[in-house]
Amino acid sequence: MRPSLRTSLFLAPATAWLLCMLVLPLVVVLVFSFGTRGAAGGYVPALSLENYANLGARWAAFQNTLVLAPLGTLTCLIIAWPLAYFLAIKADPRWRTLLLILVIVPFWTSILIRSYAWIQILGGNGLPSLIAELGMGKPRLINTPFAVMVGIVYGYLPLMVFPIYVALEKLDKKLLEASSDLGSPPFRTFLQVSLPLSLSGVATGSMLVFILLMGEFLIPQILGGGKVFFVGNALVDLFLQSRNWPFGAAVAATLVLVMLVTVTLYLRAMKRLSGGRDDVALM
Amino acid sequence: MRLYALAVYLFLYIPIGIIALFSFNAGRHAAQLTGFSLQWYGKALDNPFVIGALKTSFTVALISATLATLCGTLAAVALQGMRGRARMLYDAALYVAVMVPGIVIGIATLIALVTVFDAVNPLLLQAFGAEAPQLGLGKGSLIAAHGMFTMALVVVIVRARLQGMDRALLEASADLGAPPMRTFLQVTLPQIAPAVLAGFLLAFTFSFDDFIIAFFVAGSETTLPIYVFSSIRRGVTPEINAIGTMVLVASLLVLITAQMMLRRRAR
Repeated sequence: MRPSLRTSLFLAPATAWLLCMLVLPLVVVLVFSFGTRGAAGGYVPALSLENYANLGARWAAFQNTLVLAPLGTLTCLIIAWPLAYFLAIKADPRWRTLLLILVIVPFWTSILIRSYAWIQILGGNGLPSLIAELGMGKPRLINTPFAVMVGIVYGYLPLMVFPIYVALEKLDKKLLEASSDLGSPPFRTFLQVSLPLSLSGVATGSMLVFILLMGEFLIPQILGGGKVFFVGNALVDLFLQSRNWPFGAAVAATLVLVMLVTVTLYLRAMKRLSGGRDDVALM
Repeated sequence: MRLYALAVYLFLYIPIGIIALFSFNAGRHAAQLTGFSLQWYGKALDNPFVIGALKTSFTVALISATLATLCGTLAAVALQGMRGRARMLYDAALYVAVMVPGIVIGIATLIALVTVFDAVNPLLLQAFGAEAPQLGLGKGSLIAAHGMFTMALVVVIVRARLQGMDRALLEASADLGAPPMRTFLQVTLPQIAPAVLAGFLLAFTFSFDDFIIAFFVAGSETTLPIYVFSSIRRGVTPEINAIGTMVLVASLLVLITAQMMLRRRAR
């Protein structure tokens, strides 16, 4: 077989699949978003910007998302960085792989069941009753923005740790030694050596977490109890309950647009940070 | 530093431990532990809805992961030899597939399929009369939607392995006169096998655990995550804990295997 013929044959099934199940559906969303709603809730073809002009009706959802997604990303970053540093620099090399696997693996297990765990921990019979026994009153934790933040950090921490680990692992440990040999205090070494050299990992991790948070539905649904809702929750409502598909399509298209802008800014920043681009590590 | 790391690991694993702990609770209430019992596992496994959902999830995960691994591996190999604009376009599509949130994939698939079905079904009726097969959402749409995402994942994983492969081996094989297909079967395939298997395992767990895409495209089918989600809405019960524990333990085992395969060096 000629190499080019083989290439096309090998690529054909994947291409067909991507075209039918990714490209076509995304195009349909875009088309729907310019349509109008029929009497029975269906789609009537049109070319109007009405749905986009109406986005303000779901402003609260966008607002919540645009506040809690960056905040959640930042919290993940602050918690993840020292752990990544520990794994890359301080951990015993014999245990490093296992420790790393133990961080990554929870991310791939069911987020639904892992969020459910926090209902039990933060719910009335969990932590609040423990705190009450200590005589400090019974705080309400479940169905608050706090609970959603805990769920976010719990769900997405692994995704932040890994890219930072990859960046720090490449760091030449002699630089750290040189810095301390020359008498700089640890904090200064952190500010001037390890932090700047880990920036590519920080940027990758932050982008991954931020993007996934933008589309989050389950965590606010389960731990926010309908009081803390994201764009994802608005989308479920628009598609499965109020069945306003054209408007829902406009919300979804806007969400994707915001994400594309984020990714573009990220790629630009990365280009400026380093000449070459690290492969985005999802694993 | 060590203490900090320990604290983070506890944070990651204590909630999983709590789910497991309360699944063995003798009492009905999730609040206090009243003794050890396996009754909730028995109840969960006797529940026909749980078993039905489990079967659906398993079937969908198995078929979608198999197809995704096949198509994804072939595509990764083909992409190795591609350069220029076509390659860039493909990379962009894969990137979009992995990065677009599941909820958007779910919505997009839902409205696209419903639109297509609404167009095709009347034609089928016309062509075959009253007994015409009608298209609808269900296992097929679940397999197609999950497989699309996991196939992109398989491509990314297998390609990483291909890039780390020793090119001298391919050249040696060609120099010794092996036709390309034989080089592929006898040199490339054994080298990438661990990555292919890891990709399959990840694809399987993703499909098995996915809630958000299934929520939109499952039609009248109930997968295990959909069952768990609707049970949670009705309240916390030890039965959900039992199901959760089984799912988590199974997926942790599969995932650790997958990670080991990915990190093992080629022989």
